[in-house]
Amino acid sequence: MTPLTALLVRDMRIAVRVGGGALMGVLFFLVVVTLTPFAVGPDLVLLKRIGPAILWLAALLASLLALDRLFAGDHEDGSLDLILTGRAPLELVVAVKGVAHWLTTALPLVVAAPLLGLFLNLDAPAQAGLMLTLLIGTPALTFIGLIGAAIAATLRRGGLLLAIIVLPLTVPVLIFGVAAANAAVSGPVPFGTPFTVECALTLASLVIGPFAAAAALRLEME
Amino acid sequence: MVRYHGAHGPISLEKRPKTVPIPPPGKAPMRLTATELACRRGGRDVFSGVSFTVGSGEALTITGRNGAGKSSLLRLVAGFIRPCSGRLSFEGGDPELSLGEQAHYLGHQDAVKPSLSVAENLQFWAAFLDAELGAGADKVAEALEAFGLGEISALPAAYLSAGQRRRLSIARLVAVKRPIWLLDEPTSTLDATAQDRLSGIMGAHLAEGGLVLAATHAPLGLAGARELRLGELNPRSASAALSAGEEKP
Repeated sequence: MTPLTALLVRDMRIAVRVGGGALMGVLFFLVVVTLTPFAVGPDLVLLKRIGPAILWLAALLASLLALDRLFAGDHEDGSLDLILTGRAPLELVVAVKGVAHWLTTALPLVVAAPLLGLFLNLDAPAQAGLMLTLLIGTPALTFIGLIGAAIAATLRRGGLLLAIIVLPLTVPVLIFGVAAANAAVSGPVPFGTPFTVECALTLASLVIGPFAAAAALRLEME
Repeated sequence: MVRYHGAHGPISLEKRPKTVPIPPPGKAPMRLTATELACRRGGRDVFSGVSFTVGSGEALTITGRNGAGKSSLLRLVAGFIRPCSGRLSFEGGDPELSLGEQAHYLGHQDAVKPSLSVAENLQFWAAFLDAELGAGADKVAEALEAFGLGEISALPAAYLSAGQRRRLSIARLVAVKRPIWLLDEPTSTLDATAQDRLSGIMGAHLAEGGLVLAATHAPLGLAGARELRLGELNPRSASAALSAGEEKP
């Protein structure tokens, strides 16, 4: 096993075991989306209109939930020191940790989204479109979140700071993700335009996130 | 053996010259030299003017009162913090790797994940720290056995006592070969048997031509270890005194 696959396997194992927080995200997602019809009332037209936005907001908040432990846990138990003595570049280590986090917390959200779409009166093509926007958009949320997770790694209560740092940075992804999802649900805007921008945002964050997070970690180790 | 950078295979396709982590004694001796190192942490001078040389097969114990900078010195050698002045050089190692990448760092924390089993913990570090691909499962099992953890290798590490966690952490030194060992209070929480075992593996490491730097309050049972005393002269800007001790037996 290469160092980075070993890291991926280890992070995913930790996430799915007791106290790992992989299920927390999807349960939170479920609760928020389920509560919405109760709060808004049984207005099917309204639910259909705000459905994509609700799903996207819930996914955004859920993907932040376990993020604050991503580096903080490794920092507290000394694992981060040892990771630095490994021969894998820190940027790749950070990226692999991001991938493990996405696979264990964000991917279940994407899978659960069609089921929850039913609660919000979305039909099948709309659900497919929404699921696609989440599938493409959530990696951007995770990789932007990496930056905040790295900055908050050495703080005791880093979760709040993480949310304050990360949420403003996710605004563009949210705007174009919801726009694409809305286009899939109700038209008349073509789906392709906002979706292409969303893809571009994801690609950019996949590159910027690991470098920025690695730089933040290096500074903090001083 | 081909050296790998990260997980994505060899960087260049041409065959790399073979590198051996620890050359046998006599061949290409290694030498770690620190010249006039100074360290500032949080606006306070921790130490300054620290110089020492450690060669293949030599051990250096770092002693001093609490706060004298023993841990900082080890973290500095590992490359986690930068010296504010002075120089560190390492001859005879792999020129493509940094000092920290050729060193084992055993800090105060054990880097043990409670939700993974004992074996999974060690397997991860063996795979992550070893440049050789496919670090042998038998090496991991052997290291666990050597520290009396073989029988509980399937147990989640959450159930380990402090001493067992420490032994699991030390087993890493045996599972992956690296020439420099940086040990910060290695004997804390260890029982007498485990302390003997630790002296044994340190002795074997030195006999193979490795280097040991250990910050400690308790004697480590190493014959011929030299001692670096930090912070003896002036508590504000501590200088170091290197006692020659007796050389290798």
